[in-house]
Amino acid sequence: MTQRAATEPMGADPRDHEALALEGITVRFGPVTALDGAHCTIRRGTVHAILGENGAGKTTLMRAAFGWLMPDAGTIRLHGAPVTFRTSAEAIAQGIGMVHQHFMLIPAMTVTENIALGGRGRFDAGTTAARITAVADGAGLPVDPVARVRDLAVSAQQRVEIVKALVRDARILILDEPTAVLTPDQATELLRWVRTFADAGGTVVLITHKLREAFAVADDLTVLRQGRTVLSAARALVTEAHLIEALTGAGVGPGGAGGPVPYHPMPTARVADAPEVDDPAPVLRLDGVRYVDPRGVTRLRAVDLAVYPGEILGVIGVEGSGPRELLRILAGRLTPTTGRVTRPDAVGFVPEDRLHDAVIPSFSLTENLVLADGGEARGWMDWSTWRTITRDLLATADVRAAGPDVPMATLSGGNQQRFVVGRERRRAAAALIVEHPTRGLDLTASARILADLRALGGNPRPAVVFHSADLDEVLAVATRVVACFEGRVREVSPPSDPTDRTPYTRAMTGSVETTAVSSGGTR
Amino acid sequence: MTEALLALWDGAFGSSYAIWSATLVRSAPLLWLGLGVALAFRAGVLNIGAEGQFLMGAIGATAVAQVVGRSVPGLVMIPLMALVGGVAGAGWAGIAAWLRQRFGVLEVISTIMLNFIALATIGWMVRGPLQEPTRIYPQSAEIPWSAQWPFLIPGQRLHLGFVLGLLACAIAWVVLTRTATGFRIRAVGASPSAATSAGQIDVGRTVMRVFLVSGACAGLAGAAEVGGVTWALYEGISPGYGYTAIAVALLARLHPGWIVVSAIFFGALEAGASAMQRDAGVPSVVVQVIVAVIILGVLAGSQRRTRVDALRVRAGSGR
Repeated sequence: MTQRAATEPMGADPRDHEALALEGITVRFGPVTALDGAHCTIRRGTVHAILGENGAGKTTLMRAAFGWLMPDAGTIRLHGAPVTFRTSAEAIAQGIGMVHQHFMLIPAMTVTENIALGGRGRFDAGTTAARITAVADGAGLPVDPVARVRDLAVSAQQRVEIVKALVRDARILILDEPTAVLTPDQATELLRWVRTFADAGGTVVLITHKLREAFAVADDLTVLRQGRTVLSAARALVTEAHLIEALTGAGVGPGGAGGPVPYHPMPTARVADAPEVDDPAPVLRLDGVRYVDPRGVTRLRAVDLAVYPGEILGVIGVEGSGPRELLRILAGRLTPTTGRVTRPDAVGFVPEDRLHDAVIPSFSLTENLVLADGGEARGWMDWSTWRTITRDLLATADVRAAGPDVPMATLSGGNQQRFVVGRERRRAAAALIVEHPTRGLDLTASARILADLRALGGNPRPAVVFHSADLDEVLAVATRVVACFEGRVREVSPPSDPTDRTPYTRAMTGSVETTAVSSGGTR
Repeated sequence: MTEALLALWDGAFGSSYAIWSATLVRSAPLLWLGLGVALAFRAGVLNIGAEGQFLMGAIGATAVAQVVGRSVPGLVMIPLMALVGGVAGAGWAGIAAWLRQRFGVLEVISTIMLNFIALATIGWMVRGPLQEPTRIYPQSAEIPWSAQWPFLIPGQRLHLGFVLGLLACAIAWVVLTRTATGFRIRAVGASPSAATSAGQIDVGRTVMRVFLVSGACAGLAGAAEVGGVTWALYEGISPGYGYTAIAVALLARLHPGWIVVSAIFFGALEAGASAMQRDAGVPSVVVQVIVAVIILGVLAGSQRRTRVDALRVRAGSGR
């Protein structure tokens, strides 16, 4: 409330005017603090990049600025004057537009109808379309007002979203991970447009995790980590090393609370040693695998990968960069567009969304065990045998349950997850694909699952592929790490200092060269 | 009020005739139809086109009885009618199944629309290809003696279709609980995503097959009604059995064993309603009101139960 002095414009350069200022923003979701006094000041006529790892609070901060959610504490100033947005409609009325990562368009409606949605008064398709065309052409973002959104490519849908904001006279545009859905060429084009828009006096907030993008286009950078602003400065004052330090908290003094977990590679042949002639054959192998999703976005390009018995391959990479597709192809749940997959008949798969994809909550534990064999089972079901097998599994996997006949829904998340891991191991001893195994689990249950994965036995030991959004988790479990970035998969060589997370963050953000992934000598 | 209820009771269970010739005769199609609906619902297929599939089964059975009935003995004729009726019902359901699989058309919409087409088809049949020889009445000729399904008890109208329906419910119960196929049906219905991802079950194929079986059950009900009760085809052959069947299935909580109880209950309501209208002057529509209240009650009850379960689960996981 004492910002009188702070907001006086200083010079003639419009860039010295503050467009949007966020101070002390705190947002809590129940017991979770998503933002803890985050701040940033966005100058008019600039591109301001908001950087941070998954879950750092980038999107939450900008949603607070857009009136999508009300912060529990903090001030928002628009052009120097304090404002409170109770709804996003109020933010839109004040000239703020936001393009969400997942588009807010109705596929069955035309571009005109989508843009007119939420407007007031009479709707006249002709005049609205004319206005859309005028705004779109003026901004250099061609859109076809009469096209149906479902017929448009993703990049065109994104243009519609931007035009939607511009039609409402947005002068401050918030773009949430706008290049995640674009091809590199389209991304370059979009960033060029962003630059032009800012140069013409508009203001852009660019939420991204790609350092290269931030460096290419932004005037100012703000880095969030665990809900706090750890860096906010003009790009010219920041080096890449600074930025990575800020992103990961590595080597930072008091700011790096929590600190990185030391990475101790487990002693297996695969980590340090060069490929040997007496190498065992890989359990899982991809040769030149490419995957284009149903929307036409290339998710994986030319991936060669081999996973050996006894190793735990950690896959890192932000959402959309390819880990999900990589894991599903290895698990046989997705067929690559081109390329060759070599894998055993049965591959265990622990999917991210446990209650949706791994178990049926209303079914008994026995039925959930049988579910894994559901596609192959024939003839009569011998339930008493299955019940015995389930009872054994509960004991070996240490699942706390009243018995094999209770519904899955009565188990705690950690017990459910141990059940799923045990079930998949029983069915497929040679290979196990694990996706975000600690999602939705509390700390103790998470630690259990990770410890279980590290301790997986068997002869020969299984090949495990493990992906988590939490880098610390991956480093705690994996014997070898590969990073996905824009659909390419590269091996990250372990740093000499086990507490140094820099090479991993670099590989995930595409900021520096990493060695192309080796398929372990067998090419 | 009491008078009406007494008339309802008398009409349904008041005499051996009421039981064996009214209530259970009306329960027979409800057994088959309720089972078909329940199987579909179990697999997550909202087939509400049992009425149309029933009518197509009735047309098929009448047609085959008229064409070959005079030259074939009953031992061949009756299975043949059942087969043709079942195939006709499955084919009618197959249209909706194909539309769902190929174009993603919601079966709730396609099956109910197909009901109207089936009703129109029967109207055309009884004025065209299947009309009785004098060409006066909009109905078929009586089917030949060999095509008339045997009665089970001398002097009562309860026919073979009822026993076959009981058998079908028993078989369905065994299949659902004891076989791999039944397990797949339940898994697909409970969670298509888990069935695909964890079980690698071909959800599309499972859904398609159950949809066809569901249609076949309804078609068979149509064949049994023509062979066992009406002996002829006419437009009003079903007093909305296909819709009552949804109530039968829901009240039975989609369990084949309870379908038997539920079908007899609704059969009794149907039989009692006519008696009530006749003896107490209460319109039989009142019974439809009762049916609707029952469906709402069942749905509200199941909603509450899932909510209670969810709460219990949440409390349990917090331990």
